[in-house]
Amino acid sequence: MPESPTLVVRVLRHPLMWPVLALGVLLVINVGVKPSFLDVRMQDGHLYGNVVDIMRNSAPVMLVALGMTLVIATRGIDLSVGAIAAIAAAVACTRIIGAGDEAALSTAVMAMTYAVVVCIALGAWNGLLVSVLGIQPIIATLILMVAGRGISMAITDGQITTVNNPWFSDLASGFVLTLPLAFLVAIGVLAFTAVLTRRTALGMLIESVGINPEASRLAGVRSRTIIWTVYAFSGFCAGLAGLVIAANTNSVNANSLGLWIELDAILAVVIGGTSLAGGRFSLMGTFIGALFIATLTRTIPNIGIPSDLNYLFKAVVVIAVCLLQSPKARAVLRAGRPSSPRPVPAKAGSPA
Amino acid sequence: MVKKTLVAAAAITLSTFALSSCGNGSEADSGSDSSGNDDGTITMGFAQVGAESGWRTANTKSIQETAEAEGIELKFNDAQGKQENQIQAIRSYIQQKVDVIAFSPVVETGFDAVLQEAKAAGIPVILTDRAVDVEDPSLYETFLGSDFVLEGERAGDWLVENAKDSDVNGDGTINVVQLEGTTGAAPAIDRAEGFASKISADDSIEVTASQTGEFTRDGGKQVMESFLQSDDSIDVVFAHNDDMGLGAIEAIEAAGLEPGKDIKIITIDAVKDGMTALADGKINFIVECNPLLGPQLMDLAKKVLDGEEVPERVVTDEGTFTQEQAIEALPQRQY
Repeated sequence: MPESPTLVVRVLRHPLMWPVLALGVLLVINVGVKPSFLDVRMQDGHLYGNVVDIMRNSAPVMLVALGMTLVIATRGIDLSVGAIAAIAAAVACTRIIGAGDEAALSTAVMAMTYAVVVCIALGAWNGLLVSVLGIQPIIATLILMVAGRGISMAITDGQITTVNNPWFSDLASGFVLTLPLAFLVAIGVLAFTAVLTRRTALGMLIESVGINPEASRLAGVRSRTIIWTVYAFSGFCAGLAGLVIAANTNSVNANSLGLWIELDAILAVVIGGTSLAGGRFSLMGTFIGALFIATLTRTIPNIGIPSDLNYLFKAVVVIAVCLLQSPKARAVLRAGRPSSPRPVPAKAGSPA
Repeated sequence: MVKKTLVAAAAITLSTFALSSCGNGSEADSGSDSSGNDDGTITMGFAQVGAESGWRTANTKSIQETAEAEGIELKFNDAQGKQENQIQAIRSYIQQKVDVIAFSPVVETGFDAVLQEAKAAGIPVILTDRAVDVEDPSLYETFLGSDFVLEGERAGDWLVENAKDSDVNGDGTINVVQLEGTTGAAPAIDRAEGFASKISADDSIEVTASQTGEFTRDGGKQVMESFLQSDDSIDVVFAHNDDMGLGAIEAIEAAGLEPGKDIKIITIDAVKDGMTALADGKINFIVECNPLLGPQLMDLAKKVLDGEEVPERVVTDEGTFTQEQAIEALPQRQY
């Protein structure tokens, strides 16, 4: 490689280069099969097309993944996000049904606020277990992952609860400035998080806690408060995601809502280039990772993969992306033969 | 150690007391004439799959209510979707020497051993809703449940009969998209098979795309969104359950089309939300998959215990609903 990096090299070395490339390849495949894939037209005063659907459908994973990014940056993990999403949806829907005027704007706002507050509390509970009681994050959040679904089932009596509130429905199906509201909400949270972590010292503190919590504490960083905060924030994000999913179908199915979304979110984070070992994190990477996952989900029906091959297809794509991202794997591919006897490490071990 | 034993002993005493008092209660208010065990009351152990859907909750409720009404003592267990829980529950029923065991198997295989134990203990077993795959069919008395192939066939029959109206865009072919249930699940496989066998009678009907929506509204909506984007000649949606159909309705509305008119919708289940949509004209036809099999189950249990012959396979009483029938049936719908 040349000493002074040319533009091409700079682009190639950019950490976001591989996730963006993966997303691009996926889009090219889709357009190859269905040339009209990227077509967008106006429909009832808003944009309509595959791309718009992908934006909207990416919102839940994007929200969950944003919270997850910060948790992972502190060397933690939050497995309870799917269950928290289900609880948020269950709380909001039962509140809407129980309200005097089911279709009122105030009902929707009250119910959603209530649900989000509950979710922040649940996230804080995770934070308490991890930061104060010192329980390993995977165990601490596993508790709520299992129990949370039971809680949401109890709230809804195990029934699929349907609500009729146009304002609540708009959270997922509504459009602002011709763009899906759900996507704008996710972008809003992304911008908020980016400003908070990159314009203040918070991001650096989170990274330092992730790299070495003990050293950070000795250096005067309040690691306990920071860990607590990121779990509460993850609960907040999961709650918002749950509301978007519920609003999308105007109903909550406590059994299936947000099921396995934690894995999609972790995948989005990893595809975006944040290491599960903690430390450095990339919010933009997570954003692209979430778009990638939503595009992958859309690719399956678009190119007509049979149902029984769904998971296989997803797995193959994810493995390919992870190999692309691994510098060692790339070196092996370039050399054409293994340069090291050790097996190639894949960055993500989670299923799609 | 001593302490533990004491606690265990106390627990056993308490639970025996609870059971016997329960038994006394139902004995007092029952006028059952069926011969079960010596005290004349039938005790049934029922191992349910879980509470994963509104359909399942209605199923559980029907069994519990019918048992109470008929004076049958019901020991109920919810396996929460796990086979090991279910096997454990069946073992405990065998130990408690219930008169008859009924259960909806979580999965098809792996029940041979526990069913052998039940047979050795002389307790008859009735399967409900789902079948098991065992080497020896004498391990259970009968299987009561829906015929999923028949449900698919009924959906197909309706489409063939209404082929002319269903060609919405009038291009001579009827393009059907199918929203499949969970891949590998018996209802998804059988409904697809039954549907395909019937529509093959009409050459103009063709399934142009088929994809799983996981039996959920969200899954149905996302798949339908994609179908609508890539194909503007869809005439009919066939969804393997109401929930996916309801998701498809939202996707169709978002595309600026009118569900039930611009695109016809056929679903299976007939849960309340589905029936409401049918009555509103957003769905065109629903094939019922009846969860209320309590009465038929209790009836079969009595027959088995009286030593009567029962058929190996009993199909649940089920019907179909058109839009007009839905408007009539909706007020009495329990689930």
